[in-house]
Amino acid sequence: MNWLLDLTPDEWNAVRLSIKVATVAMIASLPPGILLALLLARGRFWGKTLLNGLVHLPLILPPVVTGYLLLLTFGRRGPAGAFLAEHFGIIFSFRWTGAALACGVMGFPLMVRAIRLSIEAVDRRIEAAAGTLGANPFWVFVTITLPLILPGLIAGAILSFAKAMGEFGATITFVSNIPNETQTLPSAIYTFTQVPGGDAGALRLTLISIVISMVALVASEVLARRVGHRMDIE
Amino acid sequence: MTLSVDINHRLGDFAVEAKFASAGRLTALFGPSGSGKSTLINLIAGLIRPDKGRIAVDGRMLVDTEARTFVPLHKRRIGMVFQDARLFPHMSVAGNLRYGRWFTPASERYAKMDAVVDLLGIGHLLDRRPAKLSGGEKQRVAIGRALLASPKLLLMDEPLASLDEARKAEILPYIERLRDETKIPVVYVSHSVAEVARLASDVVVLSQGKVAAAGPTESIMQRLDLLPAEERGEGGAVLDTKVLRHDEAFGMTVLSSPAGEIRVPKLAMAAGAPVRIRIRARDVMIATERPAGLSALNILAGTITAVRPGIGPTVEIAIDCNGAIVLARITEQSKHTLRLALGQQVFAVIKTVSFDSATTGAGLPAEADG
Repeated sequence: MNWLLDLTPDEWNAVRLSIKVATVAMIASLPPGILLALLLARGRFWGKTLLNGLVHLPLILPPVVTGYLLLLTFGRRGPAGAFLAEHFGIIFSFRWTGAALACGVMGFPLMVRAIRLSIEAVDRRIEAAAGTLGANPFWVFVTITLPLILPGLIAGAILSFAKAMGEFGATITFVSNIPNETQTLPSAIYTFTQVPGGDAGALRLTLISIVISMVALVASEVLARRVGHRMDIE
Repeated sequence: MTLSVDINHRLGDFAVEAKFASAGRLTALFGPSGSGKSTLINLIAGLIRPDKGRIAVDGRMLVDTEARTFVPLHKRRIGMVFQDARLFPHMSVAGNLRYGRWFTPASERYAKMDAVVDLLGIGHLLDRRPAKLSGGEKQRVAIGRALLASPKLLLMDEPLASLDEARKAEILPYIERLRDETKIPVVYVSHSVAEVARLASDVVVLSQGKVAAAGPTESIMQRLDLLPAEERGEGGAVLDTKVLRHDEAFGMTVLSSPAGEIRVPKLAMAAGAPVRIRIRARDVMIATERPAGLSALNILAGTITAVRPGIGPTVEIAIDCNGAIVLARITEQSKHTLRLALGQQVFAVIKTVSFDSATTGAGLPAEADG
């Protein structure tokens, strides 16, 4: 067991960084994820199919392509990147924030899909009942819709987190593989496999990555079950 | 309270064109399924926006398509009880009940939690989840939830239609108490003559999206032609009577009505209590002389005021018994044999009095022969 926990500082950094990147990616995706899921589940507007396709694009494009597109858009000289750096001081390129962005984008379709399905399953007649009791659409969403889609929300968040923990292609293309800055678990494992004698390190990180993924999965199951139990959905 | 509706709304091939006004305590929107009564109540609630027309409650214009007025659902302060209770599954019964309070301005909260819980007998359910309630309990909680939002008008969309007879009987007394003990005007959608006769003060009859008739319950229930075919046998006279005295020796109760005394099996009610009875047209025989040697206890003298053709070889005969109209359905042949004519003095022999005894919470609606 000791050899498993006996990590070098760089390896620890990769673990910490991965968790940080995945958590930030998940949390930051939630508000736009809910909004888009709502729009796709309930909106009726021109170009809905197109929007749906755009949201799903990272799922079907090669990750390297997504990474490269991010680099073109959010890189220093990219239109969005330059704007954000100038006006808000947010810089993505070759920073951990860029890794979070890449991970968030890659997990986004999975998150939107899970939330959208749960929104579509909500009985709108129950929302109408809340309306007759005086709740405006905002409060109906907060007090009725949101609690009812909580299991889907949790599932979507965990999927996004898991995807972020394993994201490699888009991240390495967009923000490279800089130890302590952008070197997440998969990048670190990849690095170990490229150097002689790196097998032990690669195996250690692989096991840690399995443990983190399993813990996340079990936690989401427990959480979802608790929420479901509390609700006793008929 | 006055509710006035004048709307035009088209749904595919079906059009609702309704115009009526009602100031009743409990106005029934009555008609067979597909007559547009649910559409109408959804229009009043604000769940649907009409193509054209106006809806006003107490002079407050809720919808006026010409003036481009449309008060959204959540600002109408109109409570709604749906056929399926539509309780919030993620909240306890207490949470469901408290929900509307949040959105009611403090100055307009007249409904008290304790009073409503007592009225509906749901005190023992407060901690439960909706999934753990029976159909009847769910519907009582749904009524309580609507009341606790302190609505200005309460709409009930066939609240009993999805329940079996026993559950219906369980809830009806609560709706009566609601009608009698609270000041909230109610609009009640139903296709059941029994429910309407028992609960309503006023009836609006809908047929194929149009108002076929509107008026006080007593007069509408006599228009057998307005009732849907399968419910026509339930039509007849609706009389508001009072308990006069109890006849302990025979276990009977004597009711006083304008038509005279009516004897029914003993009711668990105090003298002076109001009882609404229904005398179905099919349960009334006509005699030209006061019959003797008959088991029927209730024989009312009156004058024939109308003869109308009924379904098949039957006629409907209205008999004015000292101001109370009793309806009889007899065959064309009987009418011919007895040579019945307008203005003739006859006796109405009542075989069965249907009275919905649960005005006092006594339980199942009862029928009494004799």
